Amino acid sequence: MSAIVAARRAQPLTPPAPSASEDSRPVRLALTGAALVFLGLFLFVPLLAVFAEALSKGGEAWVAAVSEPEARAALWLTLKVAALSVPLVTVFGVAAAWLIARFDFRGRRLLLALIDLPFAVSPVIAGLVFVLLFGRQGLFGPALAEHGVKVIFAVPGIVLATLFVTLPFVARELIPLLESEGRDEEEAARTLGASGLQMFWRVTLPNIRFGLLYGVILANARAMGEFGAVSVVSGHIRGLTNTLPLHVEILYNEYRFQAAFAVASLLAFLAIGTLVAKALLERRIGGSR
Amino acid sequence: MLRRQSVLPGFSLSLGVTSAFIGLLVLLPLAALAAKAASLRPAAFWATVSDPRALAAYRLSFGASLAAAALNGVFGLLVAWVLVRQPFPGKRLVDALVDLPFALPTAVAGITLTTLYGPNGWIGRHLEPLGLRVAFTELGITVALTFIGLPFVVRTLQPVIEEMGTDAEEAAASLGAGRAQTLWRVVLPTLLPAWLTGVTLALSRALGEYGSVVFIAGNMPMKTEIAPLLIMTKLEQYDYAGATAIALVMLFASLLLLLAIGTLQAWSVRRSLGEAAS
Amino acid sequence: MTNFSIGIRALVALLALAPAARAQVTLLNVSYDPTRELYQEVDAAFAREWRQKTGQSVTVQQSHGGSGKQARAVIDGLEADVVTLALAYDVDALHRVGGLIPAGWQRRLPHNSAPYTSTIVFLVRKGNPKGIRDWGDLGKPGVQVITPNPKTSGGARWNYLAAWGWALRQPGGSEAKAKDLVTRIFRNVPVLDSGARGSTNTFVQRGIGDVLLAWENEALLAVRELGPDKFEIVLPPLTILAEPSVAVVDQVVDRKGTRKAAEAYLDFLYSPAGQALAAKHYFRPRDAGVAAKCAAQFPKTTTFTIDEAFGGWAKAQAAHFDDGGTFDRIYAAGR
Repeated sequence: MSAIVAARRAQPLTPPAPSASEDSRPVRLALTGAALVFLGLFLFVPLLAVFAEALSKGGEAWVAAVSEPEARAALWLTLKVAALSVPLVTVFGVAAAWLIARFDFRGRRLLLALIDLPFAVSPVIAGLVFVLLFGRQGLFGPALAEHGVKVIFAVPGIVLATLFVTLPFVARELIPLLESEGRDEEEAARTLGASGLQMFWRVTLPNIRFGLLYGVILANARAMGEFGAVSVVSGHIRGLTNTLPLHVEILYNEYRFQAAFAVASLLAFLAIGTLVAKALLERRIGGSR
Repeated sequence: MLRRQSVLPGFSLSLGVTSAFIGLLVLLPLAALAAKAASLRPAAFWATVSDPRALAAYRLSFGASLAAAALNGVFGLLVAWVLVRQPFPGKRLVDALVDLPFALPTAVAGITLTTLYGPNGWIGRHLEPLGLRVAFTELGITVALTFIGLPFVVRTLQPVIEEMGTDAEEAAASLGAGRAQTLWRVVLPTLLPAWLTGVTLALSRALGEYGSVVFIAGNMPMKTEIAPLLIMTKLEQYDYAGATAIALVMLFASLLLLLAIGTLQAWSVRRSLGEAAS
Repeated sequence: MTNFSIGIRALVALLALAPAARAQVTLLNVSYDPTRELYQEVDAAFAREWRQKTGQSVTVQQSHGGSGKQARAVIDGLEADVVTLALAYDVDALHRVGGLIPAGWQRRLPHNSAPYTSTIVFLVRKGNPKGIRDWGDLGKPGVQVITPNPKTSGGARWNYLAAWGWALRQPGGSEAKAKDLVTRIFRNVPVLDSGARGSTNTFVQRGIGDVLLAWENEALLAVRELGPDKFEIVLPPLTILAEPSVAVVDQVVDRKGTRKAAEAYLDFLYSPAGQALAAKHYFRPRDAGVAAKCAAQFPKTTTFTIDEAFGGWAKAQAAHFDDGGTFDRIYAAGR
């Protein structure tokens, strides 16, 4: 944010006292303690409960639950949907952030509000809108049916719904970062004769890489975990259009609680996997510079 | 279109990409939603959206969402601060787990939270004697909404706190400001825009949430029935127009809220700029 | 750029891998929640029989979910060859809202197009400490009743209508008395879950409530899966006959050319083999011979149907569950 830049400009040249930005030890302990208690009640204990239930019948039952053919098909579909939607959301996010943060044009604030809008739409409605568009009684339904194109109750519909719910993530993460970076470096690069692409790869991208990573990871987590919107457009065909979250629901509805939680814990592991990837990537980027 | 010429490239390209996505993925679907709701006659539309049960549902949805967003606002700031500034054992792991509420399907979150906060659950068991009922009350709804919105505030603040470094605080301190003064005058204004963004995102996510809430809410009409559940009950009667009418009201209200917070944010940026310059 | 092209190639490879090879005939059976195990066996048995008869191999795909939601999916374009849903109201929506099947669909197959039935029973805690025997007991003060929300759960509509119909059939029974009983029952409901499994979970896992209203097949399944030593089933002497309906979706099978196989599939449900499978999965069979063999599992009780007590689903839905219906009024008054 521009506030950071402003704060930096206000900085004096004399070297500051080394410990002025630090709190006293009891204060730090209290802060850390309060944060951990909050996380404990709202995050760790629930996660622990998921894993406890997932492993309540032992490791073998866990392996059996996540490796049955329907779970494998659901995992496959979930990965496929994420692989298709996250890159698109990333392209959109970078383009939209660049547009919003670097140019001053008419309708800029309206565009910003439109980018946020999908967050305010209930997941149920997010699925329903695509039914209204592409369903049999929808706007484009008859035309699509004539050409034998399936959008909803098939993979394209699931990807569309996922795109809708994840659309704002990357853009939202990048806009404040780009704004706080300012455009001086990029303008300098252009004046020195860099091409647009060179400027982007050499100047912009290195500056926003952590924000970009965060955005992609959040979008990915949400893409894999989305239930409501996908549930409306999936059709729930076993082994074909069930994603992992939908498979979890089905297991739960069959009274197979342990299996349901085992598959849910698999989703948690996938999310942790992307975070490990992030940490490795951060180290590599950090090391190469 | 451009108000000011820029040496920076990519205006047409980024405008093209952005409008294509927004047009196809946001405007077109929402136009379909509005068209469906418009198939109701105005009187029927009004009757649907102003039904006492609908009013109770809006009140509950906005109340619980605001409470959850506020909770996340306070503790999200704390968590982000601690994660960036305070070393403690297991910090990397804690940092990694913050995103998990997004990855867990909302239904799993709902079932788990109900198990924990129910009268015989690990946590609920200890709250019950204190007269604190969580599951199947507004409190339970707030707990679920806090869980699903948790990553937003933490993750929008984290990069900004990292970026901020300690320079400005040290500068303020060297100029004679006390710690509290430094936090109040330097740190908080810097964080405010990102904090507002995070709270807004958590709030809007909470307003639409369905999957996790239905398990812990108890779903009693007029008492613990959230607006998205009302939409579901309309759909269950094949009343698509009524469902979209409620959805449209919620959407419009959220949009107003988003715009209000956006204005607040613009103001806070200007203010902190002004303050830093003076 | 090499990384990039590898990425593209990986993406293309990912998309090219089709999930399954095409069979000669593929049917899609869109069903409701707890019928997965039943149809897993039915599908396999039908495929064997169909191959023997016609030499053609058939694959039946399954989709399960809430009954109303499944009906909506079919109306919106999910290409179901057959639907096997929890209540005739949802199948009828295929005609009413979707125009996918003709008006008289329910008369096309025997027994109201319901090849197997169930009934509403009480699941109580071991020893039945509150002494719950009949519908009247549910309205007594101090009894906690668990049932899902009839507005969102098809199964819960059976529960509600069973209580209402029972009260009507009592000596001196009237609409007013029925409303009074149902109102008192819902006063005793502490939690209205959105679906049947949510309610089961509330009762079984969280230990809330004295009695769970459930379909007989689900109660039997729940007892088997979740604790034979903790619960018992009380079958009220008079209860409703739950008739989960089935239908061939005409518009879909005619376009896909799968009518013959789809009709044979539903006929198979009525065959002794199909009936035996239904009984195995706790549904009451229609076939007298099969029913005689599993009489021990399904104790006798007197039942009434929706048509007898309410004049059909359309009327029952409009009077009780649509916005402004009796159910809404119960809660509007209870404030």
